[in-house]
Amino acid sequence: MADATFLALSVITIGSAIAALEMRSLIYGSIALMGTLGGIAGFFLLLDSPFVAMFQLAVYVGSIAVLILFTVMLVKRELIFKKIEDKRRKFVGIALMLVFMIALGSIIMDSGIKSITTTEPAVDFRNIGADFLTYYWPALILMALILTGSVTGALVLARREDVEDEQRTD
Amino acid sequence: MNNELIDFVLVSVALLGIGIYGLSVKRNAIRMLFAVEIIINAANLNLVAFGRFIPNSGGQTLALFSIAIAAAEVAVGLSLIIVAYRMYQNIDIADFRSLKG
Repeated sequence: MADATFLALSVITIGSAIAALEMRSLIYGSIALMGTLGGIAGFFLLLDSPFVAMFQLAVYVGSIAVLILFTVMLVKRELIFKKIEDKRRKFVGIALMLVFMIALGSIIMDSGIKSITTTEPAVDFRNIGADFLTYYWPALILMALILTGSVTGALVLARREDVEDEQRTD
Repeated sequence: MNNELIDFVLVSVALLGIGIYGLSVKRNAIRMLFAVEIIINAANLNLVAFGRFIPNSGGQTLALFSIAIAAAEVAVGLSLIIVAYRMYQNIDIADFRSLKG
């Protein structure tokens, strides 16, 4: 059975995920998204994988959420607070969400994973580091190239061409 | 380990449902990006949970790769939103129908 820490974490995570989508202001929404990402990091800690939890905190909460916050601040003030959606679409969306949750949930509850528990010790994170440097090194290099390419592409895309460089030479 | 695998999987299903709701209802481009992030996080939670209960280090490794790729995706997505905002002065995706410069 789930313990109290798990229940608190799941309330925080799911609650702030709903808040991130439903808050009126996009700024508060992105702060609530930070709560969701932090809650997921807490789940990783519960699953005895501190390395992934720290990675999640550093990458998601530390950089992605801050990047989103800064992008929101670049948008006009009216747009941050304006809610653009229609009622009928919203009901259809809620129905779709409930259908997905109930269908997937009942499939999972009926399947064999209901009885899976473990008493074995967790994987040591030193093994993950060793795996990264021995078996997965081509994937690691490829990932570095993808990250470099995408960040460069993002910079090129967001560059304004109508603004001249005004660099002082004197 | 007090928690069972099914608890984590159910939380992940709930997050997936919320993400699908956000993707289908919201028309604000940044909110849709939030929904995509929530879905990616649900997938990562599943990976790590199954990796813990097998137990196997593969789940954690795949989750690390997935987090890094998601970072790249967010960078490109946000810059696309900024470009579209500069063109249309709006972040409503219904306005992005005619994507021409």
